[in-house]
Amino acid sequence: MSAIILKDLDISYGHTKVVEGVNIEVAEGESFALVGESGSGKSTILKAIAGLAPDWSGEISVLGQPRGRSVDQGFATRCQMVFQDPYGSLHPRKSVDTVLSEPLKIHGLGNRDARVIEMLAAVGLDQRFRFRYPHQLSGGQRQRVAIARALMLEPKVMLLDEPTSALDVSVQAEILNLLKKLRREQGLTYLMVTHNLPVVSFMCDRMAVMNKGRIVEIAPATALHDGSFTDPYTQSLYAASGGNPDRKD
Amino acid sequence: MTTMTNWLLDDSPSSRLQASLGHSYRVTRMLMRNPLAVVGALILLVLILAAIFAPWIAPHSPLGQNLGQRLLPPSAAHWMGTDELGRDIFSRVIYGARITLLIVAMVAVISAPLGLLIGAISGYFGGWVDKAMMGVTDVFLSMPKLILALAFVAALGPGIENAIIAIAITSWPAYARIARAETLTFRNSEFISAMRLLGASHTRIITGHVLPLCTSSMIVRVTLDMAGIILTAAGLGFLGLGAQPPLPEWGAMISRGRAFILDQWWVATMPGFAIIIVSLGFCFLGDGLRDVLDPKQGGKS
Amino acid sequence: MSHSHQSEQAPLLELENLRVSFPTPQGRVEVVKGLSFTLGRERLGIVGESGSGKSMTGRAILRLVRSPGRQQADRMVFDGIDLAGLSERKMRDLRGARISMIMQDPKFSLNPVMTIGAQIAEALKTHETLARREIKSRVLEMLHSVRINDPERVVNLYPHEVSGGMGQRIMIAMMLIPRPDLLIADEPTSALDVSVQAQVLDLIDELVRDKGMGLILISHDLNLVARYCDRILVMHAGEVVESCAAEDLHKATHPYTQGLLAAVPRMEETREELPVLDRSAWSGT
Ligand SMILES: Nc1ncnc2c1ncn2[C@@H]1O[C@H](COP(=O)(O)OP(=O)(O)O)[C@@H](O)[C@H]1O
Ligand SMILES: Nc1ncnc2c1ncn2[C@@H]1O[C@H](COP(=O)(O)OP(=O)(O)O)[C@@H](O)[C@H]1O
Ligand SMILES: [Mg+2]
Ligand SMILES: [Mg+2]
Repeated sequence: MSAIILKDLDISYGHTKVVEGVNIEVAEGESFALVGESGSGKSTILKAIAGLAPDWSGEISVLGQPRGRSVDQGFATRCQMVFQDPYGSLHPRKSVDTVLSEPLKIHGLGNRDARVIEMLAAVGLDQRFRFRYPHQLSGGQRQRVAIARALMLEPKVMLLDEPTSALDVSVQAEILNLLKKLRREQGLTYLMVTHNLPVVSFMCDRMAVMNKGRIVEIAPATALHDGSFTDPYTQSLYAASGGNPDRKD
Repeated sequence: MTTMTNWLLDDSPSSRLQASLGHSYRVTRMLMRNPLAVVGALILLVLILAAIFAPWIAPHSPLGQNLGQRLLPPSAAHWMGTDELGRDIFSRVIYGARITLLIVAMVAVISAPLGLLIGAISGYFGGWVDKAMMGVTDVFLSMPKLILALAFVAALGPGIENAIIAIAITSWPAYARIARAETLTFRNSEFISAMRLLGASHTRIITGHVLPLCTSSMIVRVTLDMAGIILTAAGLGFLGLGAQPPLPEWGAMISRGRAFILDQWWVATMPGFAIIIVSLGFCFLGDGLRDVLDPKQGGKS
Repeated sequence: MSHSHQSEQAPLLELENLRVSFPTPQGRVEVVKGLSFTLGRERLGIVGESGSGKSMTGRAILRLVRSPGRQQADRMVFDGIDLAGLSERKMRDLRGARISMIMQDPKFSLNPVMTIGAQIAEALKTHETLARREIKSRVLEMLHSVRINDPERVVNLYPHEVSGGMGQRIMIAMMLIPRPDLLIADEPTSALDVSVQAQVLDLIDELVRDKGMGLILISHDLNLVARYCDRILVMHAGEVVESCAAEDLHKATHPYTQGLLAAVPRMEETREELPVLDRSAWSGT
């Protein structure tokens, strides 16, 4: 069974179509990247899968279940999302503890204290951060909290929207390692948006390259080693990213 | 003392209680650094104490008439003099604090939550819900407050309860506007999207996530508005549409004293002072609260 | 232009023991702790993580640290002028005319209600008195040199009508039109896509070389700085931990620099896990 299937997906905001004719199939347990320049429609695709961009046509299904037009409770336990901006994705007046307990409360799950403590440990946050507020946390710590929140309901599919682009390289390394570890331990499927090709090389198995709302190429991540892309747009993106300096020498 | 402070200011609180107490402590401490806010808070404290302990503070009965002592000027026996029925004005002002506090509290309890809820719902959903709700709000907003209140009191009949209802009805639209504007700034933010994705219902998001973010600007605004509410209540009292005699309402007292303003100035002036001081107190406190609670204007120095 | 010959040898900017501090509830805290360097007509890169004090260093050179921040330096000399002793008015004349700074986000630096042409002309007029026709031709020429295709059209646009990459190029045009001697670029491309990033940096690079200016390029991206600079300062917590030639960056000796370099993923990534900085090893905090 495929984790995510998108068939002939068109997405519009009002009268402008921003994504057109997207076909992607992500296998269970795979880590799939969506790359492209800003404004190419990457985030929009994730939002449509999550149910936050209701104006779409085509077919979206997650873990074999077609998704409806709006957010539903059952879907929440299968698929979650981590947003780009660690400063905007946490409620400014809620402590880490409240943020992490909220999903459990929504779904009426018990044993909250133990689960929160366990999850903090899983994302590598010390227990002393449990009652802090977002303004008392660094960007990397906030992103850990956002990842923890997404994992509280134990989903199998994670949508990651540039989870590290607002962070320093050293912090990015920590978060990428964490995401990789979590995927290994919990058998997660990732659909990850990024504009950073080396991150794809580290994190992902396959990648789809987007330009102006369309997918121009789907390639294995190993194509990044030698730049063996067929599409001219992908080739220019690869060149602008500096190519592979380790090979040129 | 220092261990207590350290416990409150701990960067890594170990329980929910410690975290919330620490937060309140920080807000209080910042408020205490602002002298005007402290003055405002003290005035309010005095008002509340006067209202609670009126029977012990007031030297005379607020209603007991003594026609032998009519219109006496301020003296040691009658600190603020007596009115045309020989009642001690100081005692009446003290008892009047109860009425003022009642009006203020009732209006705050009725109109702030109402405005908050309507504004939050309107801003959160947007679209036709927003258009409809804001249309109604604008109708109320477009009419002058006192005139609208007058119309309501005229329809409902004079009396303090009706005055409270009239003021509450006229003051919620402003709060609805503020709450809506505030909600619009973060309705598309990622933490709201994240909550939707976790399966939270609209009701849960509005009550649990949207409203808490609007409350601080609302508290500031309501505090600043209190002066206006007191003045409106006094205005209604002055026109004979608010509290009815013999209730010691400050506005009504001024109205009665008007007849003697030239010869016995204290009859109208003393309750006037009370109104001014309490109104100022609310303004000072509101300004201080804004600096502490409203990060957009106050900054986090 | 009699001084130009001397300044080939004399350094363009000398900075000794620069300190910037901010008050906190725990007392004044230094965010730049005794920074010293000399800059010729060359390209200097300052790299470090966010919060390491890079922007404060850039602002301090222009004496733009806002209160309650405070700056002081034992020596701060630009082309023979003692910046620390200069009056605020003289300093204002110097800013823009001889030292320019490009900020990170063009959206916040451009005036939203003024056309682009008017803003660039304004930048020129405050420093030189020229005839109107000459101003117009200088503006068009400048826009042309930052590779804006249709300058006659673009001068009449407002900032919200241009893309991020174009906005940043317009900022560069504005900063370079008075022909400064030193350009400070604070994360000039962090908000841009990689392809646009390369264009903008190539452009800065070309203009700096052609005009023989000095450049201070501030960035968090080690590889980018290595590509576009001659010399690199690595900052950590307000201090310079490493100073080296750009081509020697990969032979860096300080564990912090090595850690930063290792943490960057590569195009051909074979490591199962990225090495993480062990912050406790040298910072102590
Ligand atoms: N809420 C919205 N309303 C209208 N247009 C939008 C909205 N969000 C995004 N867009 C437009 O959709 C396009 C794709 O945006 P997005 O998916 O965010 O791109 P990416 O994530 O690849 O940078 C952009 O042109 C953007 O301007
Ligand atoms: N107004 C301010 N008040 C207090 N601290 C500040 C202020 N502005 C900057 N800082 C502190 O100065 C340090 C350096 O900031 P900056 O130079 O902007 O870092 P960066 O290297 O990211 O450009 C940071 O730790 C920041 O917290
Ligand atoms: Mg995006
Ligand atoms: Mg900076």
